[in-house]
Amino acid sequence: MSDIGIAAISPARRRKDRLMRGMLIGGTVIALIPLVLIIYYLLLKGLGSLTGSFFTSDPTGSFFGPPGGIRSAIFGTLEIVALASLISIPIGIGVALYLTEYGNESTFANVVRYFVDVMTGVPSIVFGLFIYIVLVLSGIGGSFTGWKGSIAISLLMLPIVVRSAEVVLLLVPGALREAALALGAPRWRVVTRVVLPTALPGLITGSLLAIARGMGETAPLLFTVATANALTFNLGSQMNTLPTQIFQDITSPRNAIVSRAWGAALTLVAIILILNLIARAIARRSRLA
Amino acid sequence: MGASASTAPGGRSALERSPASRLPDQLLKWGLTTLAALILALLAYFFIRLIGQSQGAFSHFGVSFVLGNDWDPSRSIYHGAALLVGTLITSAIALLIGVPVAISTAIFLTELCPRRIRGPMTTLVDLLAAVPSVVYGLWGVYVLIPKLLPAEKWFASTFSFIPFLGGGTPTGPNYFIAGLILAIMILPIVSAISREVLATVPSEHKEAALALGATRWEMIRIAVIPYARPGITGGAMLGLGRAIGETIAVLLVIGNAPVIGHTIFSQGYSLAAVIANEFGEAAANPLHSSALFAAGLVLFVLTLFINILARRYISRGQRGKRGKGGTGVTLADAPTTAAEQV
Repeated sequence: MSDIGIAAISPARRRKDRLMRGMLIGGTVIALIPLVLIIYYLLLKGLGSLTGSFFTSDPTGSFFGPPGGIRSAIFGTLEIVALASLISIPIGIGVALYLTEYGNESTFANVVRYFVDVMTGVPSIVFGLFIYIVLVLSGIGGSFTGWKGSIAISLLMLPIVVRSAEVVLLLVPGALREAALALGAPRWRVVTRVVLPTALPGLITGSLLAIARGMGETAPLLFTVATANALTFNLGSQMNTLPTQIFQDITSPRNAIVSRAWGAALTLVAIILILNLIARAIARRSRLA
Repeated sequence: MGASASTAPGGRSALERSPASRLPDQLLKWGLTTLAALILALLAYFFIRLIGQSQGAFSHFGVSFVLGNDWDPSRSIYHGAALLVGTLITSAIALLIGVPVAISTAIFLTELCPRRIRGPMTTLVDLLAAVPSVVYGLWGVYVLIPKLLPAEKWFASTFSFIPFLGGGTPTGPNYFIAGLILAIMILPIVSAISREVLATVPSEHKEAALALGATRWEMIRIAVIPYARPGITGGAMLGLGRAIGETIAVLLVIGNAPVIGHTIFSQGYSLAAVIANEFGEAAANPLHSSALFAAGLVLFVLTLFINILARRYISRGQRGKRGKGGTGVTLADAPTTAAEQV
């Protein structure tokens, strides 16, 4: 090209270009190293403890003898996160519907939007403290219980659900709404029969990501659920969960218990990564976005 | 809807809905509005309760709660400067390490990456955010701490003349390890926000730079970075907010010693870690638990302030993107747009 008369790029500039591009690539590679290392060590140290009885027995809680498995922790996490999802997903989608269908650019809607944004930045331990003060100290329905943990987790999930749902609902074409309105449908029917079904895949994606986030939280559970060893389906009692089980096992001087922590961590990360990948797969297939 | 339209009983147009059939609409609208208002009320209520609970510590210790350096539950003295300093040091280390890496990742993914591998690479970076903090803690305690200790010792003795970095004997758990783990944890969010902002840089600017003969890097430097700077700053501040509030991973690798360490390789404590660690034993002691709530309040206000500032930067960066007539025509303005189109 240089023969048309455009001055060639000087060697110094070319070198600088190559150097800086190399640094950007280097930074990206550095960013990927931790994920590889974490997964490598989880497999290295965790796979060994994943035997059949690991998933079918509860922690014994005794210092001597076999430490037991993580059955109660898995069920506890699933129960608490299920209740948290039942609370946060309907409310979150409701708030997002308010923002996109009614609030729009009104001052109140913008205030809500702003505080939901701010909520995403509130540390999870602060939500734990909130629930500890309001529900645990006051002793409503016992001191530490599973459902209080669910509420703390749902507070964490709520802003994620709202923001992701709002983005998806905004993508629903206005022409669809207008067509339904022009056919004489009342607004509530437009919302339930046109807007929500169109946005459904995106709503599922956002909810799954919120669930994945809620599953790994430890700090709020320490303040609200405390710990237990036995399997229970009673959300009104103290419960065992995967994050708190790992947290307790880490500081143990016994190798068998530390390897249970690795096994439990591998299980937890596997569940969360699978949820994430499913969420992304759904998002990719959706017609919106 | 002219005069020729037939009228139903009650004098309204046949095209209008009866009050009864309009009821679900009103219910939905006000139900959703109440829901949104409830969230604001709930946040305000929590905040007030937290202030109430931390009153005890603030009235007992005053400003020395954050300025005094002496945290000793056994003597009932709660002066938390060491905690605040620990939080700030670890967050600063996290930003110094994490932000440059996150920004170069974001620039690479938006400007240089071949289209084919952009999707998978983005997913991989985002997956870092999916790893729970307790797993980072586990990894830090059993992998990072033992593997890095020899290197830290070498560094501290080789550069012993540099204050704050060298000298002293590195301990296993320390500020640096905590900062390094925090850097990994904030990487995905800083990178994601930066990517979003970089994507808003108008391609005209980039093409103009290239047409003037700029190399790729020169284009990034003169067209991309200046445009995206406010948003990237905001993203880094959101990362700072995350780092300050992170509890479990820090607790496991910072050493939990309520002192101000002399170098980045000494043990310390952080606001969030002290709350999680001591709240069990504090339950029986009103002053101790009040001190922990006060630490929580400091943490909350600090992160709130940082987040508000960060949002301001990010919205400034995205102002161009979020103009009028953007994505959504919503129900509220649907009738007018429909009328305009007729």
